[in-house]
Amino acid sequence: MALTRELIALRIARELHDGMSVNLGIGLPTLVSNFLPSGIHVMLQAENGVLGYGAVREDEFDSDYINAGGQPVSILPGACFFDSAQSFAMIRGGHLDVSVLGGLQVSAAGDLANWLVPSRGGGSIGGAMDLAAGARRLIVAMEHSTSKGEPKVLDRCTYPLTAERSVDLVVTDLAVISVESDGLLLREVAPGHSAADIQRITGAMLRIAPDLHEIQL
Amino acid sequence: MTNKIYSDADSALEGISSGATIMFGGFASAGSPSNLILALKRRGTRHLIGIANNIGLGDKLDELCEAQQIRKMIASFAIRATGTRQSLFEQQYRRGEVELELVPQGTLAERMRAAGAGIPGFYTPTGVGTVIAEGKEVKSFDGLDYLLERALTADFALIKADTADRLGNLTYHGTGRNFNPVMATAARTVIVEVGRIVEPGDLDPELVVTPGLYVDRIVRCDPIPIRWHA
Repeated sequence: MALTRELIALRIARELHDGMSVNLGIGLPTLVSNFLPSGIHVMLQAENGVLGYGAVREDEFDSDYINAGGQPVSILPGACFFDSAQSFAMIRGGHLDVSVLGGLQVSAAGDLANWLVPSRGGGSIGGAMDLAAGARRLIVAMEHSTSKGEPKVLDRCTYPLTAERSVDLVVTDLAVISVESDGLLLREVAPGHSAADIQRITGAMLRIAPDLHEIQL
Repeated sequence: MTNKIYSDADSALEGISSGATIMFGGFASAGSPSNLILALKRRGTRHLIGIANNIGLGDKLDELCEAQQIRKMIASFAIRATGTRQSLFEQQYRRGEVELELVPQGTLAERMRAAGAGIPGFYTPTGVGTVIAEGKEVKSFDGLDYLLERALTADFALIKADTADRLGNLTYHGTGRNFNPVMATAARTVIVEVGRIVEPGDLDPELVVTPGLYVDRIVRCDPIPIRWHA
């Protein structure tokens, strides 16, 4: 059984603790905000200049209250607004506890590629490079393989890099892998999958955690 | 006291001529100086170098590409990695008709902040080991590598704020703030469109975000309504 996008987001939400400030990148990472455990208070920061935004709201569209993906969001009590230079000072200066980004490829050394697919001949950077460079803890959310079945966790990235040696944790539809100083560590597998199953579809050597277990959902 | 107030967006753009470098405030739908952009479109000025966070499908800036007024963009987001619908800018870019300099968003903001702050260059970790580092000096501080980036200025900045007083002090609204305050410091001539102009003393000094000395021209415009589609 492979995790849906929502379940990947749910698993990542469990990495967040009370009082954390978190940036969720556009795409799949945005779903994490739907699964924040109840009873914990997390401050969501958007690169476009707000700390303390909430759920995407479609009822009353104020075009001045949007997240980094351009979606209208609620602004929660205790929120604040700031300009883009201040926002990226916050990001680059390592003041956020966790960043969650989407990924095209992650390497064994923790390099991240997520802004350009060569076959598409173009891509945009947005805040991804700053987020990856400044993150205290960077979690990548992505499918384990491309739609053509190619591995996205590799020895070395073949796509243009977003940042070198920046990823701490990768959560895919099939596995949870941490990036350690000596390489990748397979910590969790999707229900019904073995470590060997995961290694077969991964383009880099995985050490197996002594306490390897199924992703608990 | 200099009168900074212009009666309409078209007259507020006086002096913008062919080849100008112009900063445009805004992030996606928020804080875009739409009326000033449409006035620039009417003005027809060409060979422009635009500096903005994004120029994509649905952005007002993309309308400047209808008559090919932009020859180069400096932006953090211009080309979609996925999807089949393309902005006019992207189509022109893929045909080799316009230039694009992609800059990481934080670097873009900091280059303009530095320009406004009299800092000609600075070191940032963003982009080390990526295509962004090509041609740039790398320096190591405490064992970590950083890229040397240069300050970024412009001839004009077209920005959007919420309220201005007659002196040019500005407040903003929500995420409409984004690049506007930064650009207000970094361009030679700063033109702001606001929904409201008030008298000096009406804005609480504690709440002013952009001090009036940065602002050259003020024009009051009704905001252009934006429809959001998923």
